[in-house]
Amino acid sequence: MKATADFLLEVGCEEIPAGMIPRAAEELQVILEKYLKAESLLGEARIEVFAAPRRLAAVVPELRVRQPDFAREVSGPPKTVAFDVDGKPTKAAESFAAKQGVAVRELYVVRTPRGEQVAAKQVVRGRPAKEILREVLPRAILEIPWPRSMYWTGTSGPHFIRPIRWIVALLGGSVIPFELAGVKAGAESRGHRFLGAARIRLTAAPDYQRKLRAHGVLVEPAARRKKIEHELRSLPARKGLRVRSDPGLLELVTYLNEYPSVLLGNFEVRYLSLPEEILVTVMRDHQKYFAVERRSGELAPHFLAVINLDRDRRGLVRQGHERVLRARFADAQFFWDSDQRCRLADYLPKLAQVTYESRLGSYRDKVERMRWLGRWLAEQWFAAGIHQAHVSDTDRAAELAKCDLVTEMVREFPELQGVVGGLYAKAQGEPEEIAWAIYDHYRPVGLDDPIPRNLTGSAVALADKLDSLVGCFAAGLIPSGSSDPFALRRAALGVVKIILEAKLAMSLSAAVCAAARVLGTQPPKMEVPVQAERQVLDFILDRARFILRQRSGFAYDEVNAVLAAGADDLVDTVERLEALRGIRGTKNFEPLAVSFKRIRKILEKAGPVEVWRLPAVRPELFTEEAEKGLYSAAAHAARETAREKRAGNYREALRVIAELRPAVDRFFDDVLVMVEEESTRRNRLTLLAELLREFSTIADFSEMAAGEKR
Amino acid sequence: MTSKVTHELSGQGLTLQELIFRFEKFWADRDCVLQQPYDIEVGAGTMHPETFLRVLGKRPYRVAYVQPSRRPADGRYGENPNRLYKHLQLQVILKPSPADVQDVYLASLRAVGIGLAEHDVRFEEDNWESPTLGAWGIGWQVLLDGLEITQFTYFQQCGGVDLDPVSVELTYGLERIAAFLQGVDNVFDLRWSPDRTYGQVRLAEEQQFSEYSFGGADPAATRKLFELSEKEAARLLNSYPSLDGTAKSRFPLLAAYDLCLKCSHLFNLLDSRGVISTTERVALIGRVRQLACRVAEYWLDQQESTSGGQSASSESSP
Repeated sequence: MKATADFLLEVGCEEIPAGMIPRAAEELQVILEKYLKAESLLGEARIEVFAAPRRLAAVVPELRVRQPDFAREVSGPPKTVAFDVDGKPTKAAESFAAKQGVAVRELYVVRTPRGEQVAAKQVVRGRPAKEILREVLPRAILEIPWPRSMYWTGTSGPHFIRPIRWIVALLGGSVIPFELAGVKAGAESRGHRFLGAARIRLTAAPDYQRKLRAHGVLVEPAARRKKIEHELRSLPARKGLRVRSDPGLLELVTYLNEYPSVLLGNFEVRYLSLPEEILVTVMRDHQKYFAVERRSGELAPHFLAVINLDRDRRGLVRQGHERVLRARFADAQFFWDSDQRCRLADYLPKLAQVTYESRLGSYRDKVERMRWLGRWLAEQWFAAGIHQAHVSDTDRAAELAKCDLVTEMVREFPELQGVVGGLYAKAQGEPEEIAWAIYDHYRPVGLDDPIPRNLTGSAVALADKLDSLVGCFAAGLIPSGSSDPFALRRAALGVVKIILEAKLAMSLSAAVCAAARVLGTQPPKMEVPVQAERQVLDFILDRARFILRQRSGFAYDEVNAVLAAGADDLVDTVERLEALRGIRGTKNFEPLAVSFKRIRKILEKAGPVEVWRLPAVRPELFTEEAEKGLYSAAAHAARETAREKRAGNYREALRVIAELRPAVDRFFDDVLVMVEEESTRRNRLTLLAELLREFSTIADFSEMAAGEKR
Repeated sequence: MTSKVTHELSGQGLTLQELIFRFEKFWADRDCVLQQPYDIEVGAGTMHPETFLRVLGKRPYRVAYVQPSRRPADGRYGENPNRLYKHLQLQVILKPSPADVQDVYLASLRAVGIGLAEHDVRFEEDNWESPTLGAWGIGWQVLLDGLEITQFTYFQQCGGVDLDPVSVELTYGLERIAAFLQGVDNVFDLRWSPDRTYGQVRLAEEQQFSEYSFGGADPAATRKLFELSEKEAARLLNSYPSLDGTAKSRFPLLAAYDLCLKCSHLFNLLDSRGVISTTERVALIGRVRQLACRVAEYWLDQQESTSGGQSASSESSP
């Protein structure tokens, strides 16, 4: 009998949601590997997984048909009981050996925590793989995690993503018998619903792909993707056109079909007068079609649909898809036309009827607060030398930003909020700066989403987000766990991204304070507690830490060190971080950071500051050369760093600080801080305290991890 | 199994009424009770007691019926080719859900003349939820060449009650399927019967009810009607728990449910009048759901106390 055999598992299911399939296939692989390894069945073999809408499958070309035998040690009576004084085995030893099925002479002595005991080695015969698999497979299948599962055989039945309708489980061509959810594992699979047979007898794992392909199922996702990609390229190429690339959609349609084919459909040229954003949203989000473009990048009146068939025999499928798209576009055209009957600003009164949040009033109220806050931001920026900041543009854009919420178009396509407002503003002759600001003001919606393209858009976006953050925190709507109904995490992330990427020099706390002020002066005229402001700042800084680490790749301790020295101006914070990252590899830096940590510990141990701190260091109290040396080196470095910092040259300032290292080292070598004599001791502590304060304004070095540990 | 159509009409595809005949025949042949539409305004076939109450409890049941469904906010004065104040759903409930339910469903499409190998038929994830009924399920929308024609749902919960066994609900959009078969772009051009179009039969209704939904309905009066219906339902429901014996078995829970449906429709009407704020919306939905969940709970109790241990033949009708 061969030692290995081919293994095939296929879980046949009603259509699994496309977006969940890739993860489920990975999980199936991990779970099977876990079980097969634990049972010593896998050896060096690999598990290959396949996935299509109606099936998850795994193949192992060479699975052990039997577990290897293994030895097990069983301990018995104490040595003193098992052997008499002459070292001869006693009755106890004999009966233990008999029980374990070994000869007495095979017994040996082992040292255990309870003293010396006799032991026997037993060889356990490995179990047949089939026997193990029938126990393990049902468990493995049900272990696949899903975002939302269901039951179908009653409340006490198994939970899975959709009902399981068949199971193929073969080892060396013979069925591994088990039952799950009333389904008996067997050798019969099913083909494509319309291209294959309803029953396919499978015999061996290596044939799996080929047999399924013959029945209209491409079980390998990569094969489906390749077929789709090829047809997406070649079909429009015949007309001198090309597909508009959309990797997310490609991934989705790969898992939405068992046998994908692409067809090229048309729509009436007149719909091209609708904005591209609307056309693409309808095609991509609602119909899962790829858009087609000319070489110039302009949309062409065509679409590419991926269908779950080998071909469109009589052209009926194309006609059907074209009719559906035409109806969708006709709707969009209808919404566009009816929305254009009045101007964007005419929708403002209607916003009074749309509640943002019961305690924070309507969107009409929010718009007024956004206008005020937007103007304030633009004024701040202008005063800080950002001369493109435009107060009246910001005010106008904020005023119109939310009007599209009550248009028919946004009611139909909520994902186009902002975009529709921007398009309408442009169509109605608003200046481009304002139209784009409206268009972009929900941005960024994620870590990878760009920030608004112009400064007015950034002002409106910040005003919107800060108002949401401060208002919701003041109303007690603080996100917890997965519950964040007002998307405040996204808002805070947006605030950080906009400030950093647009390089807006501004005080975060002043902006939060301004947002709190306007909530008090404008409806809902709500008093914002100082504590809520603090919470919002912490919340935003939390996102900042995240971005600086995940996005900009700063080390954990670098971010902590710099933020501990202040993070009110995020742009400045990043400059300090970059300087710190630049200097940390140099030879003086890490030892100096260690010394700063030591200083902090000494000061902490010295007790309350009031007890020892002198108004200033008194040089006349110095007794040692090393403390005089440190004092003058520090005074010199302080002047230097102050000058470099004023010039914005943090790197140079840090270099100057790092050069303090020899003076600091000598101080700790030669000087004892905690001496008996009170005035000397207090003077030395004060010297160290000033040193720490003076040189922690760029980064708090005591937060830096030493050596490799970051 | 395709029954031969004897009176194929001028123009292509089945008339709307022929389509209904075929579907009803198909499902009647598969042991469904052919029920009639409910005689109270509802937003969906699910609200018919033949679904809402029948899916509760253990007893197997199969039913099919057409349900005209009113969605006041979807009215477009008969001017939009795809939007309707009232549309027709063919609702099928299979309790418990059979293992070959997808195949049977696909056979029903063949029965109305859809050649499946010539079309792109797919099941795309779409979980259904009705917050006013405390009901939800897992399933798909079925797309035919990109057109959504059916909502296919495995009920998990109804009236706040976990369902055991699980029922399957099939909700066919009849206008869409008819438009597909007839190759018509505008719903009002559908042939309803051999010599009448959908527009001729229904246009006036669309115009008048759109008028009422968006302007004609008096919000204060509508609100009052809502509150009256809610109060009457609550009054009935409050008296149920203290009953026993015959008083319990004859208690008009069905009337309480009708009042709950009234509330649901009046809520939709208020919503389309645009007089409900976001927060109030949630609160009103919660009030209707509370009624629905109490009806479901008491209904189960009433079923148990009236027919406990008796044969299925004595089951009471919803």
